[in-house]
Amino acid sequence: MIWDIDITKRLQHGSASFEMAVAFRSDAPRLVLFGPSGAGKTQTLKVVAGLVRADRGHVRVAGRTLFASAERVDLSPQQRRLAYVFQDYALFPHLTVRQNIAFATRSGWTNPSRGLQDVSVDHWIETFRLQPVAEHYPHQVSGGQRQRVALARALMNQPTALLLDEPFAALDKGLRQRLREDLSELQRELKIPMLMITHDDDDVRTLADEVVHLQAGRVVAAIDDPQGVES
Amino acid sequence: MHDAWIALALTLKVAGWATAINLLLGVGVGYAMARWRFPGRELVDAVLTLPMVMPPTVLGYYMLVLIGTQGPIGAWLLQHFGIRMIFTWQAAVIAATVVSFPLVFKSARAAFETVDPQLEDAARLLGIGEFAVFFRVSLPLAWRGVLAGLLLSFARALGEFGATLMVAGSIPGKTQTLSIAVYEAVQAGQDDTANFLVAVTSLVCVSVLLSAGRLVPGRVAPRL
Repeated sequence: MIWDIDITKRLQHGSASFEMAVAFRSDAPRLVLFGPSGAGKTQTLKVVAGLVRADRGHVRVAGRTLFASAERVDLSPQQRRLAYVFQDYALFPHLTVRQNIAFATRSGWTNPSRGLQDVSVDHWIETFRLQPVAEHYPHQVSGGQRQRVALARALMNQPTALLLDEPFAALDKGLRQRLREDLSELQRELKIPMLMITHDDDDVRTLADEVVHLQAGRVVAAIDDPQGVES
Repeated sequence: MHDAWIALALTLKVAGWATAINLLLGVGVGYAMARWRFPGRELVDAVLTLPMVMPPTVLGYYMLVLIGTQGPIGAWLLQHFGIRMIFTWQAAVIAATVVSFPLVFKSARAAFETVDPQLEDAARLLGIGEFAVFFRVSLPLAWRGVLAGLLLSFARALGEFGATLMVAGSIPGKTQTLSIAVYEAVQAGQDDTANFLVAVTSLVCVSVLLSAGRLVPGRVAPRL
């Protein structure tokens, strides 16, 4: 089982509180969490990544238990070894594209230097066609390039799975389809399990083996194939 | 004029130590207050900001009560280490630290609050430990504000008078800082000494403020 997730979490929004109870199991290497905004998609992804702690339940990804309240297992985000791409990419603004990608190669208290030479960093810069902007800062590169920097940075760390929070939402419509195909191809090449959240039908058509529908913090439809979304 | 240089050196030593202590305390507390949510947070913030608004003599009195030989901290130091804090330059450092602490703390808290917590999360997900996240992400993105606060606190410590006089007194060459020396010179009618001390003090303060102004966040475009 690649994805085995069963979590409950009480969320407080001002005075209103809202209970999220999300459970799904799937063997799909490319799984999409689909639903309107406010459905709890991002919270679910953050629980999987360890950025938000669930009240109860378990999170198992590719056979590894990342969180299990009954067994008192709760790995830190550092220990989970998951690649996470934020909706607005969260690139480090004080570091160049190269330093961003190389971020995880150093574990000490200092950042990789600007002139850093590293074979695997160069490999990702080439894979994502980022050579022309490698020495630029994030605010100097295009949206599509930023997304690729975020992907490269996350993949450098040899992750066990790839988590994506609406990776195309910050991009122009024209650019999205091409980048979807790029991502699809990349996922097939790396054979890395991928969990993506979106509210865009087109993402589902190109990038989903299976879909989990979320609404108001619950799974509303059983796991189905991507065609079900179009109705 | 020799005495003026001794007073200047002492003032710089006291303000330097106070700023160094505030670098650790103010930045640490400022970061904690920017990141931790707990009940009564704003009350704690208000208490930590008090030294900025309280009369320095009142602060000096509180410190005398605490570190005087009869005070809880002062008595303990005397009993266990044989240290008398009152009327030493170290007491002047404590006075300057307390008085200038809110300037570092306030600037550091504001600077850390502008750092997107998501960037820190991104670093954690890349396997970077908590301390390294602070030094590699939070601090580099907040350092301008932190540094501006440190310079302001250094300037404030240079000019400290009331609290210092209460706890460290005015011993020439030992605890007599520039601002206290000015007061003593005027009281004694030594106008030449007073003029010189005033000129030196003004020059030092103006240069500190000019450097602080260059570092205030927002006035400098993102680094290219």
